[in-house]
Amino acid sequence: MSKVIVVTSGKGGVGKTTSTASIGAALAQTGQKVCVVDFDVGLRNLDLVLGAERRVVYDFINVAHGDAKLAQALIRDKRVDTLHLLAASQTRDKDALTDEGVERVIGELRQTFDYILCDSPAGIERGALLAMRFADEAIVVTNPEVSSVRDSDRIIGLLDSKTRRAEAGERIEKRLLLTRFDPARSSRGEMLSVADVLDILSIPLIGIVPEDQEILRASNVGAPITMNGSASPAARAYRDAARRLTGETIPIAIPDEKKTFFNRLFSRRAA
Amino acid sequence: MSLFRFLKSRGSAPVARERLQILLSHERAAVGPRDLVAILRDELLATIKRHIDIDADKLTVKMDRASGFSTLEIDLEIPCDKVGRGAADRAAAA
Repeated sequence: MSKVIVVTSGKGGVGKTTSTASIGAALAQTGQKVCVVDFDVGLRNLDLVLGAERRVVYDFINVAHGDAKLAQALIRDKRVDTLHLLAASQTRDKDALTDEGVERVIGELRQTFDYILCDSPAGIERGALLAMRFADEAIVVTNPEVSSVRDSDRIIGLLDSKTRRAEAGERIEKRLLLTRFDPARSSRGEMLSVADVLDILSIPLIGIVPEDQEILRASNVGAPITMNGSASPAARAYRDAARRLTGETIPIAIPDEKKTFFNRLFSRRAA
Repeated sequence: MSLFRFLKSRGSAPVARERLQILLSHERAAVGPRDLVAILRDELLATIKRHIDIDADKLTVKMDRASGFSTLEIDLEIPCDKVGRGAADRAAAA
């Protein structure tokens, strides 16, 4: 049974593409057949983050218009052979995607893949709405920062009203992926805490990804952070999130928020 | 150092939290009761689940808004053995 999951946020730059690539690669490494789909027509980047930018021949719009077969457009990852990419078009207008075209392509993908991750463009325009339209579940990517939280709240409202499932009166599961979290700043009261964000958005958590220098390194070289067996905190967070997607129950460790100078001094004495 | 920090303000996160809570309560009200159907569905599900073991995906809740009135349509598929067992449990309890 295949699942279509939209990775969305409203706000740009919070880590949708990084999260799509990292979770997609982690899922594929567990043996699941995964396709990551870039919905950002005109500003595609998922290909670049996956290191496949020179292998794009046909794209999503070619398939939606019937100019290419799906099999011709799918790019299989060279490192993880259960991971596939359907790239967005870089040259076409963003209105080139239609409801019917997207529905047909998603329907075709469902027949081959266990998981279809839709990387949404920022905003609440056509592209973002099409990315969520046929989803069964949503991952809402949020930074612990006021504008990101506000935009996520808006997106949650759209997921509950503009998706096919919502229109049919069905439930669409929405889970929060908190990214760029800095436990030290949060403990000093300089950054919204995990509890604050959960309290405001009131959807369950799928993971907390701490701020991590490895993320930039991974995108520099075009290999998602979950791919090379990295043990960095962000890689572990993404791997756990991927396992939670498949239904495993793994407790979410909230990065230590109590490491104030005073506490550290105290614990050192005790040790 | 910690003492100084304690004496100073508690940081800006509480301000962010409060501003967001006020802003979002207004914005949610302005957009309308868009969450109403989702809220109803969750509460209906919780209520029904207390008595019958059902599959969450089998419950559909739809609201149609017309000019004069709105209709709420609740559709739930229940496997017949679940109903039988629920009734038997209640009989046993009584």
